[in-house]
Amino acid sequence: MKLGIVCRMLLGAAAAALAGAAAAQAPLKVGFVYVSPIGDAGWTYQHDQGRQQMEKALAGKVTTKYVENVPEGADAERVIRELAASGHRLVYTTSFGYMNPTIKVARQFPKVIFAHATGYKKAANVGIYNARFYEARYLTGIVAGRMTKSNVAGYVAAFPIPEVLQGINAFTLGMRSVNPKAEVKVIWINSWFDPGREREAANALIAQGADVVTHHTDSPAAVQAAEEKKVYAVGYHSDMSKHGPNATLTSAVHLWGDVYTRITRDVLAGTWKPTDIWGGFRQGMVDVAPLNKAVPRDVADLVAETKQALVAGKLHPFQGPVKDQSGKVRVPAGQAMGDDKLAVMDYYVEGVQGQLPKK
Amino acid sequence: MTDQLVPILVATIAAGTPLVFAALGELVTEKSGVLNLGVEGMMLVGAVAAFAATAASGSPWSGVLAGAAAGGAMALVFAVLTLTLMANQVAAGLALSLFGVGLSAFVGKAYESVSLAPSPPLAIPLAADLPGIGPALFVHQPLVYVSWALFAAVAWFLYRSRPGLVLRAVGESPQSAHAIGCPVIPIRYLATLFGGAMAGVGGAFLSVFYTPLWVENMTAGRGWIALALVVFATWRPARVMIGAYLFGGVTVVQFFAQGEGVAVPAQFLSMLPYLATIVVLVLISRNINTIRLNAPVSLAKPFHPEVA
Amino acid sequence: MRFVSPLVAAALTFAAGLVLFSALGRDPLAAFHAFFVQPIDDWNGVAELALKAAPLMLCAIGLAIGFRAGVWNIGAEGQLAVGAIAAGWLAVGFHGAGSALLLPAMVAAGALGGMAWAAIPAFLKTRFNANEILTSLMLVYVAALLLSWVVHGPLRDPQGFNFPQSKEFHDAALYPLLLEGTRLNAGVFVAAAVVAAGWWFMERSFGGYTMRVAGLADAAARYAGFSARRTVWVGMLAGGAAAGLAGVGEVAGPIGQLLPSVSPGYGFAAIIVAFVGRLHAGGIVLASLLMSLLYLGGESAQMTLDLPSAITGLFQGMLLFFLLAADVFISYRLRIAAPARAPREAAA
Repeated sequence: MKLGIVCRMLLGAAAAALAGAAAAQAPLKVGFVYVSPIGDAGWTYQHDQGRQQMEKALAGKVTTKYVENVPEGADAERVIRELAASGHRLVYTTSFGYMNPTIKVARQFPKVIFAHATGYKKAANVGIYNARFYEARYLTGIVAGRMTKSNVAGYVAAFPIPEVLQGINAFTLGMRSVNPKAEVKVIWINSWFDPGREREAANALIAQGADVVTHHTDSPAAVQAAEEKKVYAVGYHSDMSKHGPNATLTSAVHLWGDVYTRITRDVLAGTWKPTDIWGGFRQGMVDVAPLNKAVPRDVADLVAETKQALVAGKLHPFQGPVKDQSGKVRVPAGQAMGDDKLAVMDYYVEGVQGQLPKK
Repeated sequence: MTDQLVPILVATIAAGTPLVFAALGELVTEKSGVLNLGVEGMMLVGAVAAFAATAASGSPWSGVLAGAAAGGAMALVFAVLTLTLMANQVAAGLALSLFGVGLSAFVGKAYESVSLAPSPPLAIPLAADLPGIGPALFVHQPLVYVSWALFAAVAWFLYRSRPGLVLRAVGESPQSAHAIGCPVIPIRYLATLFGGAMAGVGGAFLSVFYTPLWVENMTAGRGWIALALVVFATWRPARVMIGAYLFGGVTVVQFFAQGEGVAVPAQFLSMLPYLATIVVLVLISRNINTIRLNAPVSLAKPFHPEVA
Repeated sequence: MRFVSPLVAAALTFAAGLVLFSALGRDPLAAFHAFFVQPIDDWNGVAELALKAAPLMLCAIGLAIGFRAGVWNIGAEGQLAVGAIAAGWLAVGFHGAGSALLLPAMVAAGALGGMAWAAIPAFLKTRFNANEILTSLMLVYVAALLLSWVVHGPLRDPQGFNFPQSKEFHDAALYPLLLEGTRLNAGVFVAAAVVAAGWWFMERSFGGYTMRVAGLADAAARYAGFSARRTVWVGMLAGGAAAGLAGVGEVAGPIGQLLPSVSPGYGFAAIIVAFVGRLHAGGIVLASLLMSLLYLGGESAQMTLDLPSAITGLFQGMLLFFLLAADVFISYRLRIAAPARAPREAAA
């Protein structure tokens, strides 16, 4: 009898050990939720590039799965839940509108770890991550500021949320850091994605004297417009040079691969904590694409130098004094803007023309 | 903003052109008494087919033909469903749009990384040199001039030709048309196919000339606007032209105003075209005679010779 | 005969799916399993199916009342959005109140909002003879822009970092959950009740009878003294109220706040549902469940077979074509062929 119990205990322990070993070997299932089709450029494309990079870096230890074109709203929660329920132990939700659904599903699946991009709500098993896109914007602004002849840049923008305003303002500050006469015109198209309207807005900006256009929308239409009108462009999200080989000076590029690898590795190692990652050049989350051949050597050097300063943390794009359009000092001299202020940005800095649409 | 009149006009005409094609096509379809709500789907399929053909052959004109053929093929599906199998037109049209979005996205996967060479605008000799209006009206993509020719052809066909008269009679009263020996169903087939082909050309203009790239859903609702436009125009080709440029122009002018630093209440401004369409519809509908003159009376009503 | 049409459509879809999935190098049986079985192989799946079918069912039953009478309301998508706005305004306005009356008030406001939006085409039709297909469609765009303005402007969450969304509703403004661990909420009772009421109205009431007569033969209805105006008003308002309730169901259900878009096209999909369901309450329930299953199936096909989302649209479109085609083919043959047949056959 006793022997039987001991035997069973031993057997049980052996089985448990075996199961543990199997679990250690079975690759971690990682899920991704995308807001649009992957396509070939733009927001979701860069996230998918990051997913692939992570899968390669952690080959054998992870398998990944994605669901694309998931609308923000009632459907998102179901997809996130489905991923969590089907054995994915780490789920990346890659659009702001997935914030509340992610939090809701996380409550139901406390053992599953979630990482939500660009939101502001955390939980015990929900971390958030975002990139300091504005750092790359600042650098591209320097290039634009040196390359413009008309001293006017055009900016095709989607919606006046802080992330977009950070980009516009950093681009403007970057331009004016090398060209104090530079100004930026902004057109809001009220859509993240509508190639026709992106094109129309870019055309309008070019007709109004902009000789560099950039965009915070999803398609390469604005870059194409610049190529056709023989002015310069600065791409966004991805390197857009293949859509405008002559026009594209550079692009402000999102890089998610490293952060995905890091988060996933932490989860594999069991050291994951619900952190708030907001990384820029230093963390390898943003970059500028290779510069156009037309960009002279000294500008390229300046870009490299400034990038070094950003990586080293010696430079902040919103280094005081930063004045808004009305001349009000938003950041006094000698200080850099804090993350709390950045996160709620709702104004244009000096050098942006026009008024911000107030609702 | 007066110095920008020329670029505004140029941009307005370009923005209106896909709408002109799709709406003139739908107008002919509706004049025969058929309401095809699948314009968005037909435009998308036309856009992807045109892009694929242009990428393969290097010739944008082969793309335009492919777009027309693909749009026509989509319309054929709709025509078989509604004209032969008598399915409800509203439901079948909506299903066609759903199908077209999926089909174009699926076919287009291979073309997402391709960017076509831009086609240079064609300046009409002499006319382009006219002061002011020359650069505004006569330096455009060749397809823009085609759209003007299409307008003239549709207007002539509907109001000056005998087949056009028959087509209108079929839309007006299929029973009477049938009684005097008009082949109602074949005529409706042709009108529907024409509508699909033109929607396909509208899509081709977007994907080959206007923004020479393919991305999923790139029409972004223009097919639905074309539908609104036909009503706004009270089924008159000339008013379709005006309406298309008005719809296109509202966006363009708004963008130029923003570029000049004017803050625009975007949502309310964007509502205007739709509200204007409703107002126009009310104005023409309140008098039974004006609606008779314009609207195809049998619109969306099925017709079958054996029940008639 | 009534059951033959769905069977024909199913057979055609099966054949087309076989070709499609084989061409894509996938096992067709696994694909069918992913589309039609896997989404509902657990209770949560069934709950999701019902949750997604509810707005389709609501919109479709309301529209069917009008469609039967020849009132072509195709603006349910807009009526849904206005219903959501009306309910959302209350939910945000009385956020702190936490009153038990809040949810019923929201339901009423949503229905009224949808009715108000539908009343515009009804008025324009009865007063000015304006075609309701077109006016109701135009109002869809206007409603979408209105919703966009609401979440960018007056109802934007002040703590939301300027993102276009309202604050999350208080629990008192949400339908209570029915099944622990799922999202199934009391909103499905509303949907069921409305479908039952729609069935009763269409099949059992005198009002429904007069509307059916009006739909079949305008002249006969007029001769019998039935008011064409009343038909338009009842048809439009029924559709608007039901669509408005669907809007409440979304914002007070799975979404729980106002967003720039509250519906992935339920109002349009419901038109297809209404016809696939042959404008009958029972058929609409089945058709909305099928439509809902197709949505869920598309997601599971992505997850298990790595099929791109585009395939879903393609496959859905095909199935709907077959359903519309097969349905009409059969009913048309019945209608047209019957008089031509010999009496003894008709008697059989």
